[in-house]
Amino acid sequence: MKITKTEVLHVAHLARLDIAEADNDRLADQIGTILDYVDTLNQVDTTGVPATSHAITLTNAFREDEEQNHLDPQASLANAPEREDGAFVVPKVL
Amino acid sequence: MKLHELTIEQASDLLKNKEIASVELTRAVLDRIEAVDGKVGAFLTVDADGAMAQAEAADHRLAKGDTAPLTGIPLGIKDLICTQGLRTTCASKMLENFIPPYDATVISRLKNAGAVIVGKLNMDEFAMGSTTEHSGFQITRNPWNLNRIPGGSSGGSAAAVAADMCLGALGSDTGGSIRQPASHCGVVGIKPTYGRVSRFGLVAFASSLDQIGPLGKTVDDCAIMLDAIAGHDPKDSTSVPEPVPSFAAIAADGLSDVVVGIPNAYSGAQGLDPQVGAAVERAVKTIESLGARCIDVSLPHTDHAVAAYYVIAPSEASSNLARYDGVKYGFRDKSQADLLQMYRSTRSQGFGAEVQRRIILGTYALSAGYYDAYYGKASQIRTLIKNDFQSAFASCDAIVSPVAPTPAYPIGKTLDDPLTMYLSDIFTLSANLAGIPGISVPCGFSDDGLPIGLQIMGRHFNEPMLFKIARQFEKAANITDKKPPL
Repeated sequence: MKITKTEVLHVAHLARLDIAEADNDRLADQIGTILDYVDTLNQVDTTGVPATSHAITLTNAFREDEEQNHLDPQASLANAPEREDGAFVVPKVL
Repeated sequence: MKLHELTIEQASDLLKNKEIASVELTRAVLDRIEAVDGKVGAFLTVDADGAMAQAEAADHRLAKGDTAPLTGIPLGIKDLICTQGLRTTCASKMLENFIPPYDATVISRLKNAGAVIVGKLNMDEFAMGSTTEHSGFQITRNPWNLNRIPGGSSGGSAAAVAADMCLGALGSDTGGSIRQPASHCGVVGIKPTYGRVSRFGLVAFASSLDQIGPLGKTVDDCAIMLDAIAGHDPKDSTSVPEPVPSFAAIAADGLSDVVVGIPNAYSGAQGLDPQVGAAVERAVKTIESLGARCIDVSLPHTDHAVAAYYVIAPSEASSNLARYDGVKYGFRDKSQADLLQMYRSTRSQGFGAEVQRRIILGTYALSAGYYDAYYGKASQIRTLIKNDFQSAFASCDAIVSPVAPTPAYPIGKTLDDPLTMYLSDIFTLSANLAGIPGISVPCGFSDDGLPIGLQIMGRHFNEPMLFKIARQFEKAANITDKKPPL
């Protein structure tokens, strides 16, 4: 097994996902199969090959620091599941 | 001819000459949706009232002679492109009730051109899938055979165009998501060069690979739509300030100055259906008969493209989808009193199985101790794939290949077998890794009547070459008039 059920639960926690016990076997199995396939990349010698994160060479795109119109707070909050007094409401943090 | 069967080019001429009005055309398209979408399932939202209002406005513009080629033309939009005031779900329960407060740049451009937006089209959830079965709401069926997948992830866009439920559509392509459904549904679809079209307002899947593009009934229709949406946008820092030629104005003056590369790695590709191979071979002969010179080219790292892609795309996705936390927009499990448990419960209920699978895969590939072995390695392979294309394009102007290894397969076939579904992207996802443009154009039918597409890829920003070859091939092959039996 390429990835254990415990590892799946750990990664799921990092990704803030709950995995039901009933789904974990199948998930570990499917991800293991994919990772086995991904391991075929090790057949290629990539010593000294630079990494590509973007196919097109990009440079920073700057703009003038000028005042612009942005969404007003009401529009920004309109899709929030819970909102109050112009703010997002979340469960208690502390 | 029935109005909904018109191409954009034909409808545009009739509108300009006042032989038809956009309200008639739009009504015909809405009636067509009413008549056949119960069978196909392409639309998630139909905005009949909004469309009729836009059509009326377009008719006023047409009356004043203030026209662009898309003025009054009814189009459909993949449901991951933000439309102000019109629900945009990404086919995810997570965004079931999301109403964007702004338009994507491509939508502003279509609206400025006077296009009529009839509704939002189904897709695999967050564009993750190749079948449109991974929608959180409904499956879409292939208009040519209702028991087959339409392809994906832009399956709703391809099916709607094929079934004449809109004159053209926008999709997005991260690993083949425009070209593969176009191929399966017998329509034309182009993934432009990365950076050619603004991604502002496109809900992100894998930001270094995603690109918006059109699906149409003909090559010319795709050129007209790409003309309207292409070009630099200050709101997308990855959009490129390259000059944009008119794609619709490219001359069809033979291919005698064109060299076409045939990748030897593709002909013996695992899982290539002999009927697809034969159709592509016939297409190559047709392109040769138009004057092009065909040569063999080598893309030695093709075999590793799928593995590299299925590290890079899920890695980027796991990061992009971190924003769905039940706080700012979208679904929230309101029964949870603890913040961390609210995040976990919200995300587990809001995302479907394929999306969760990719988030876990991507998080794993980026996690401490695995980053170099997976993401680092895949990014190096990406360089080699990009270099392969660069070397090949030193000796040819375009590369032709199949789009998908098989015609559209039965619904349900890969639902629990993600790796098999991923492998079906073999011919398309290299173009996303390399950032180059690719077009799918119909080139034949299988024995059981399913469409087969031909892919033409080109150098960065050389969409004109793709349109030049595809337009002349389409004319010579003469198969785009055939309609699905709905």
